Amino acid sequence: MRLSLILLLLVCLLVGTIWSCQNEVDVSETGSLIINLDNRVGNQDLSLGKATYQNAAGEAFTVTKFNYFVSNFRLKKADGTEYVLPQEANYYLIQEDKPESQSFTLTTIPAGTYIGMSFLIGVDSLRSLANISQRTGVLDPGLGTHEAMYWEWNSGYIFLKLEGTSPVAPAAQNNLFFYHIGGFGGGYNGKKTINNLRTVTISFNGNSAQVSASGRPQVNLTADVLNVFTGTTTLQIAQHSSVMFEDYSANIANNYKEMIRYKDLQNQ
Amino acid sequence: MNRLSSLKTGFGGVGLVLGLLACQVEEPEAQPQELFQQPANFPQPVYAVDQNRPTAAGVALGKSLFYDGILSRDGSISCAECHNQAYAFTHHQHDVSHGIDNRVGTRNSLPIQNLAWASDFFWDGGVHSLDLVPIAPIENSVEMDERSANVIRKLRASATYPALFKAAFGTDEINGPRFLQALSQFMLTMVSGNSRYDKWVRKEPGGTLTVEEMAGLTAFRAKCSGCHAGELFTDNSFRNNGLFIQGSNDEGRAHVTELPQDRYKFKVPSLRNVEKTLPYMHDGRFYSLEAVLNHYAENVQPTENLDPLLQPKSNSDQSRLGIPLTSDEKRQIIAFLKTLTDDQFLRDPRFAIQ
Repeated sequence: MRLSLILLLLVCLLVGTIWSCQNEVDVSETGSLIINLDNRVGNQDLSLGKATYQNAAGEAFTVTKFNYFVSNFRLKKADGTEYVLPQEANYYLIQEDKPESQSFTLTTIPAGTYIGMSFLIGVDSLRSLANISQRTGVLDPGLGTHEAMYWEWNSGYIFLKLEGTSPVAPAAQNNLFFYHIGGFGGGYNGKKTINNLRTVTISFNGNSAQVSASGRPQVNLTADVLNVFTGTTTLQIAQHSSVMFEDYSANIANNYKEMIRYKDLQNQ
Repeated sequence: MNRLSSLKTGFGGVGLVLGLLACQVEEPEAQPQELFQQPANFPQPVYAVDQNRPTAAGVALGKSLFYDGILSRDGSISCAECHNQAYAFTHHQHDVSHGIDNRVGTRNSLPIQNLAWASDFFWDGGVHSLDLVPIAPIENSVEMDERSANVIRKLRASATYPALFKAAFGTDEINGPRFLQALSQFMLTMVSGNSRYDKWVRKEPGGTLTVEEMAGLTAFRAKCSGCHAGELFTDNSFRNNGLFIQGSNDEGRAHVTELPQDRYKFKVPSLRNVEKTLPYMHDGRFYSLEAVLNHYAENVQPTENLDPLLQPKSNSDQSRLGIPLTSDEKRQIIAFLKTLTDDQFLRDPRFAIQ
């Protein structure tokens, strides 16, 4: 068996070599792009458990946890075409309590001039239903590189988790509020269920990121917790102190679709 | 596909020749026994066995995990607590399952058998892959009440598990996918397909059914197989079978889909080893097969989303809710259901606690 695999590999290598020789002129330069995500509350930096903020409904709150998945990045070129990053290395979990999670590098991007990008907040249905062997790292549902961003009783990732305290949250709940938003839209014998995947489209506001083998362009984005509470729906903690897998969650997803914004970029 | 397999066969042939040249004096290595066995009368499995084919070391690791309380918060509860082999891996004499600190759940534990043929797991089908099943009881606060991340930490720190993972997966790295795949490998081998009924279907020695059991089979096919279909005795669907709504007002499938048309629907369970898996229904409310059949014959309730197969039909003898059954038919059906008991499976040392 091992020998046959080696032989198969040799054949592949041979075919690959011939193929690459024929396309020598097309071998293209690639580079990387660093994405930095800064979590904020309005015009303040997010500070877990300490500062008190106010939402659009005028309710005071603190934040004790703010985690979300971003995935499926696509980069928009100056000529309007898009480069879609390979899916397998295209999932990032941003955690406010893990600063190292707030910066990541997209790699093997064709060299060129990019003027914007789009991505998903959440984990797409294809990966949500993929074989367990294809779900490592932040997608590992059994491992704590992430903290319970997964519903074990209703298989699926939690796309965004916002938890905190507020005087208007029920005393019986220790004044805690919880928003655990997920739902990839189905997989249940074709039935449509809650879909809280949202696409974020970012323009670099007339600037461009120059991707090349030598450069290290960085795009700086901000994510505003206040947007979770406002947008198409004004979310009131007093009325909805705990939202998880339920129809109302779509309102929060419609709000968080707008939470990530472009700040600036640097070409180095 | 065909070309690939012939290529592989070709290379295999080359390998064989080279192997023979390399060591002519040695006997050719015996083919390892296939650990996942598909009974001849079963359909193709749902689980992609090729992507996680059981190996001796993988199954041994999975079995060790299955019987180890390390999966629970305080080390007291293993999978076997609610999945006891003698009762087709269910929790005998418990209507709903008891877990850690003697806490009580809301549902009756399902048998662990023939899971390679299941498409959704648990009474509400909330888990869509066998590989993801173990996380649910581990994290459930009334079952094992542990964080799966902490289980991984405990396994990494243990004296024995790194070596078992190395034997199963080549390196001693312990992570979620490997942990789950090993448990799946063990559970995949838990195939029950050697009941007297199976031997009768396959025309094997010992495969005889009595007149009473044959009459039961005929009645079963006419009255029960609309849901308990095929050789697994389930169509893997979710249905409302008209139970009184009581206790926790469990909405079943709707809990997972949030769809009103799924309220009060539960998985149609397999009936293999059903003689041993009492009590019955999602909340274990019936303690005997007689009670189950009496429900279908006389006590089906017109609750929301009641299954169409249990509704009255104008053009048949089904003039009221439920399934018309005479007392003879009930007795015969129960006699037939007992032919689905697979003693070999219930006593197989491969699945037994060490």
